[in-house]
Amino acid sequence: MFESLSDKLDAALKKVTGQARINEVNIGNAMRDIKRALLDADVNYNVVKNFVEQVRKKSLGEEVIKSVSPSQMIVKIVYDELAALMGGTQQDLNLKTSRVPAVIMVAGLQGSGKTTFSAKLALQLKKKGRNPVLVAADVYRPAAVEQLKTLGAQIDVPVFSIEEKDAIKAAKDGVEYARKNARDIAIIDTAGRLQIDEDMMAEAEQLKKLLAPEEILFVVDSMIGQEAVNTAKAFNDRLDFDGVVLTKMDGDTRGGAALSIKTVVQKPIKFISQGEKVDDLDIFYPDRMAQRILGMGDIVSFVEKAQEKLDLKKTEELQKRLLENEFNLDDFYQQIQEIRKMGSLQNVVSMIPGMSKLVPQDKIDERDLKKVEAMICSMTREEKQKPDIINGSRRLRIAKGSGTTVQDVNGLIKQFGEMKKMMKSINKMAKSGRPLTAENLPFGRLMQR
Amino acid sequence: MGFFDALKFSRLKEGLQKTRESLFGKISRLVKGRTKIDDEFLEELEQILIAADVGVPTTLKIVESISARAKRERYMNEAELDAMLRDEIQKMMQDARKTLVVDFTAPLPKTPYVIMIVGVNGVGKTTSIGKMAYNYKNAGKSVLIAAADTFRAAATEQLEIWAERAGVAIVSHGQGKDPGAVVYDSVSSAVAKNTDVVLIDTAGRLHNKTHLMEELSKIKRVIQKKLPDAPHEVLLVLDGSTGQNAISQAKEFTKAVDVTGLILTKLDGTAKGGVVIAISNELNIPVKYIGVGEQIDDLQLFDREKFVEALFE
Repeated sequence: MFESLSDKLDAALKKVTGQARINEVNIGNAMRDIKRALLDADVNYNVVKNFVEQVRKKSLGEEVIKSVSPSQMIVKIVYDELAALMGGTQQDLNLKTSRVPAVIMVAGLQGSGKTTFSAKLALQLKKKGRNPVLVAADVYRPAAVEQLKTLGAQIDVPVFSIEEKDAIKAAKDGVEYARKNARDIAIIDTAGRLQIDEDMMAEAEQLKKLLAPEEILFVVDSMIGQEAVNTAKAFNDRLDFDGVVLTKMDGDTRGGAALSIKTVVQKPIKFISQGEKVDDLDIFYPDRMAQRILGMGDIVSFVEKAQEKLDLKKTEELQKRLLENEFNLDDFYQQIQEIRKMGSLQNVVSMIPGMSKLVPQDKIDERDLKKVEAMICSMTREEKQKPDIINGSRRLRIAKGSGTTVQDVNGLIKQFGEMKKMMKSINKMAKSGRPLTAENLPFGRLMQR
Repeated sequence: MGFFDALKFSRLKEGLQKTRESLFGKISRLVKGRTKIDDEFLEELEQILIAADVGVPTTLKIVESISARAKRERYMNEAELDAMLRDEIQKMMQDARKTLVVDFTAPLPKTPYVIMIVGVNGVGKTTSIGKMAYNYKNAGKSVLIAAADTFRAAATEQLEIWAERAGVAIVSHGQGKDPGAVVYDSVSSAVAKNTDVVLIDTAGRLHNKTHLMEELSKIKRVIQKKLPDAPHEVLLVLDGSTGQNAISQAKEFTKAVDVTGLILTKLDGTAKGGVVIAISNELNIPVKYIGVGEQIDDLQLFDREKFVEALFE
């Protein structure tokens, strides 16, 4: 998601590489590029100005250590500053209350994704053993209540709504409903509103006063531009919200809003929402996000996701076979299955350090994987285990069986051969003790050309 | 003059008032007392444009063209400077009137005139369609809405409410159904009944999801099966508060379905939507309408002059 920004920063910092020390001239160029990259990423103008100034001061100051290269130094300073800007550590919801129900109020602009987020949050809380109820307090947008009801039915969480067009009453009765039905959390989905709409902002304030929510979440579209700051500030002035939710993070937005909002309102970003499926909700980790911005990858999330979704025993077995170079197409197929469990390929790639540089996001096509699966499924057991026996007529049969072309089959077999070669050199590398980073992999070098 | 007319009139007046105020707004403040363009002026201009989401490359382009022109035309009074500034920015944008039929009352080049509406999630596609349907209907044209957003929960219900408000026909198969079938039925029905305008609502999709973009191309092909020269327009809806990502949206949607015009929504807030200058300039796509509120008549024809004014408000 932040690929373009990290690429740009990378390019900017390359200019400093190879120079003995940071001086006014070389840092000037890098800073101008960093400034531009951040503006391109929709980080607020004033935030960028301050940020660049801080990085410049620190870079020229005495904190520069002599043993590292200037570019490494600036990378570190930029990273530290970004991480500081994004907030210290990850923060949970404040739900440690004895009140039943605990109330979570969800607010934001129109179309930011409040309703979808509310459902995702309900599902996540339910999975943690809580008993949420969704309260439909958006009484204005046509069919908003129906949308929440449909989502509620999907995740098997009750949705409370009333007939009257009265948001205050809907919220009040919803909380009452939760109390009577032993639902320990009420998630109030409010209508989208513009921060300059006085009536609607007053309504939101009134809701807050009435419900005294444990948690007020401000939902914002991660694609928002320079207005992010004013909007967040206005909502914060009226509601003093507890956390921010960034939605539509599965797009290719550089998400500078995340940086701006955090600096201006000093409230933590608690969730990121990516995808239209109800379980596409992630906790926001500021430090990891800063690493991601700098193209360091989000290796921690990657490992965690892998642990959560992969069948570890299977993976270990596969790795063993890989290292022993007994890897065949059957194993390859299983590996694809395991990777797919971790989510979309784009997501997986963006989490591996260096990978986003090697494989541009728009080059990743989920369907290529499907094709590969179809081709392998069209092979006999013997063919899968000994790909060498696949001759011309077998290739034609496989192509027909999988709805692909002979060229596709040729490509797969060629790729598989290269992969095996690559595995061999990884083996050697592992034995020689060279670190296993993307740049060190033959595959990585291949992609860089 | 009925009650409704009176209401409309006051709105118009309000609008004019706003324009008049802004005429002497920030542009004028920016150029006040200046007879030449210096660095301070250019920096201030740069900041205003960036803050309006115009984006770095386009901002630099505007700033450069202005400083180049200032060098050529040595002396300038306030009024000339003011006019030049507007002129340079307006020039960056396409004029919708050159390529599209913009007025709802104007005769249509073909009937049924098929308009496909596309965009990412939450930008206001369904609302825009409701407003367009209302305007076409008021202009005496028969309208059919195709509810081809069969993905989002309650999208069809939302559109049905808008169709009812506008008093136009709607073809909907319900959630989870094939959008291609909805579109095919709609176009067939429009041909049979000789409907003037067909408005096709599509599900919101992020532009970097290849399979969803391909689904959109497929919907377009389905339309063409019934009407080879349709869709006559493909309008991309952009949220006025979106930043530089809108450029990426415009590029990808154009790749998939050949966008012919833009609808810029949610301009009743404080967002300026300056990124459309970059889109209009780079991709040659004009802005056709702007959305300024949630009421059914809150859709306006895009006016470059007013838009530039608003950038400086």
